Formats: sequence, C-alpha cells, structure tokens
Amino acid sequence: MEQMRDTFLKRVIDITSQDPSSCYQCGKCSAGCPVRDFLDDPPNRIVRFVQLGLYEKALSSSSIWMCAGCLTCSSRCPKNFDLAKFMDALRQIALQDKIEPADKKVFKFHKAFMKQLKKYGRSYELGLIRDYKLLTGDFLQDIDAAPSAFMKGKISIAPHKVKEKEKIKKIINRAI
Amino acid sequence: MKFGYYPGCSLSGTAKEFDLSLKETLSVLNTNLEEISDWSCCGASSAHISSHLLAVALPARNLIIARKQGLNDLVAPCAACYNRLVTTQHELKLDEKIRVKSEEILEEKYKDGLEICNLIQLFQKIGIERIKELKKINLNDLKAACYYGCLLLRPADITHFDDKEDPSSMEEIVKAAGAKTVDWNFKTECCGASHSIPHVEIVEKLGKAILDNAIKNGADIIVTACPMCHANLDMRQKNIIKHNPEQKSIPVLYLTQLLGIAFGIEYKKLGLNRHTIDPVPLLKEKTKKFAEAAA
Repeated sequence: MEQMRDTFLKRVIDITSQDPSSCYQCGKCSAGCPVRDFLDDPPNRIVRFVQLGLYEKALSSSSIWMCAGCLTCSSRCPKNFDLAKFMDALRQIALQDKIEPADKKVFKFHKAFMKQLKKYGRSYELGLIRDYKLLTGDFLQDIDAAPSAFMKGKISIAPHKVKEKEKIKKIINRAI
Repeated sequence: MKFGYYPGCSLSGTAKEFDLSLKETLSVLNTNLEEISDWSCCGASSAHISSHLLAVALPARNLIIARKQGLNDLVAPCAACYNRLVTTQHELKLDEKIRVKSEEILEEKYKDGLEICNLIQLFQKIGIERIKELKKINLNDLKAACYYGCLLLRPADITHFDDKEDPSSMEEIVKAAGAKTVDWNFKTECCGASHSIPHVEIVEKLGKAILDNAIKNGADIIVTACPMCHANLDMRQKNIIKHNPEQKSIPVLYLTQLLGIAFGIEYKKLGLNRHTIDPVPLLKEKTKKFAEAAA
C-alpha cells in the first residue's frame, strides 16, 4: 500500500514537477471551480486522493476529464499549486494505464481533435465534428446549428494543411 | 510597426471575422503583420491531456520558426494560443530537461528572446492614444461589458499582465474607442471552453450566467478577445434563448470589431455579418443619433 502510494505520487511529481503533498486542503480551488456542479469530486478531493495514494479513486473520477483547464484554481491557490497541470498529469496517467475514462465524451472529443492535428497539422472543424460523431454515435447533436455555421462561412469544407504535416505527425508519435 | 503573427486554427476557420477585423483595424493603425510561415496548431487543450512533452513541443515548433524568420515580436490574438505559447516559452526557459527533450523530437535548437503578446498587449504597444486620435464614429451611446475569459490573463505569474481578478486593460481600449464600459462580475469567469462540443449543457449553463450578468449590469454588447469565448457566447446563445424563453439576446463582438467600427470601417469588412446574434441593428440604432447630428 505504502509502496503503491509512493509510486503514484512519484509519477505525478515527475510529470508536473510539483508535489501534491504541499496542498493543505483549504478548498479554495473547489470554491471557485466553474464546472464544480458537473464533477464527481471537487478538485481538492482529487488532490487528497493522490496524497493518500488512492489511485483508482483519483483516476476513475469524472473530475479529471471534466476539468475545463480554465486555470482559475491554479491562479488562486495559496500554495501556488498548479491544479490544472495536476489534472493533465492524472489524465495522462489514466491513458497510459488504460483506465477507462469516466467521461467518454470529453475523451472522444480530444481523440478526434488529435486525429485532425496528426493528419493536417492544424485543427479541421468539419473533420473534428465528423470524427467526434463517429466515435460517439451522437449524430443529432448540433444538427440545428450546422446550416447557419456553414452559411456564415464558419466551417470550411476543405482542411487547412501544414506543408510539413509529415513532420507534425512524427513529433506527435515521438512525444506520446 | 511590425509584428509576427500567429493566427492559430480558430482565426483561420470558425473565427475568420476576428482575423478580418484585426487586419482592417491594424491597417488604420499603420501596423503590419507578418504571418509565421507554415505555422502549426498549438495543441490547444487536447495535446496536454496526452503528453506534457507534446504540449510543449507543438507550440515550440512555431516559436522556433518565428525566430528563424527574424521576428522579435509575436502576436497571438487567440487567448488560448497565447496561453499555450507563453506557457511553453516559460517552461523552455526554466526547465532544461523539457527543452532538451523538445529539441530532440523537433530536431531543432530552441532560441529564446521572442516577445509574445496577446491582443490587449498589442494595442498597448501600438499606443492607446493612437486609437483616440483615429476614431471617427461616436460610440458614446454604446455600453460594453469587457469579457476577458480565463486564458488571457492566466497564469498570472507568466503573463505578468493586468489584475488577474479584476482587470481593466480592455476597458481602457474600449473607452479610447469612445464607447462606455459597465462594471460587472463575470470579467474572468470561464465560458466552458472546449466543452462546447462534448458537453453543450455545461457551456449553456456557464454562458447564460455570463450573458445574464452583462445584461443585468446594463451592457448593450459583450466585447471579447478570445475565439472560444465568442463561439460559446454567440453561437451557443441561440440555444440558450431557445431553452430559456425569457432570455434577452445580447450581441458579442471581438475587440477588433469594436475598434473597426470606431474607425469607420464598413461592417461587412469587419465580418459583423458572420455572427449568430446580429449586432448590426443595435449598432445602427446606437450610432444613429450622432450620424444624424453630423449630417
């Protein structure tokens, strides 16, 4: 148990270069979190899970996926602990360890986004929406918004490609 | 004046009107942009959920190209891209391990020294007095709620820019353009950002609170400097109204569009016809009195 706690902590510290043990649980992060109503656990509880080495509780919580990355918590923490970076680290560990994401929609959105990036070197909205819909099977979402987005030229038909797109693909493959 | 330009994916896609109005406005201010050649996506929020190294390497590629192009100043008008670029620059400077690893996978050396600015810092550098001198249209009747969103000011220890909880730099620019600003509570609240696609219900809830507070405090329009904030407050406003029959609509403009209006640039050239909530009738009404007086 002790060993598992230390390994988990060490992995988080390795990625973020900051120690979750520094958190004294004041709860300021949770008080200001804009998506608090949509989280299984408030952000300070996720930090507590990691402090205690509760690997599964932390990594199977929807909170790590629902964090919007707005940095409100990171900018207000009295201990200067970057919670957004900490949440990123937990998502990375969850993916490495093949722990099923508690919120599949967010995970699939990021997966679809990265697919465009790997293919074109830039985001391609139409491809992103198509791939997201293919992954989730939710074909009806935003069907009412789509025609006006096209008419106003908000979504282009063809992707903008980077000339060095093979290089971008290589960078992504090497980094992950 | 000349600035390197990193448009980012949004300004070349869904937020084309941000790009259009930026270029129109800067041409009045006699400022040139030089786009970074063959720029790539900064990775946004998706890269840093997959790998910390990737989240640094993707923006680093663009910073390297900018330096190779001989640029000293770089503007990233998208608040999210700005945030990724300055955070990367900060990490590359302080963390040797990540710099070495990034250089390895990029197969290129990184050289520090680029001055990266966001949209507000860009206008501060050009000079707010210039805006006052060049404005043509009287916007005195128009009240704006300046919406910074979350990423423009954060992380504060890296951006070193304005008050992180109660900023006022955008208000200074809006006032210089001749419009009025309102005091309100949601200047730096999050709009839900990338949850716009996977969780529309979150974006609608957060967006409604922002719109309501702006309206309650007497704003006619919301002014923003972020394409994600714009999409969430403008494009998603239609659904917010549909789901809340009592909801009043409020146009959402980019700061560059507001400046363009003050400079007398044609609405279409500023892309004002591309918004979901049409701002044109309100703008015509608010400037009518002065247009008539001038005639």
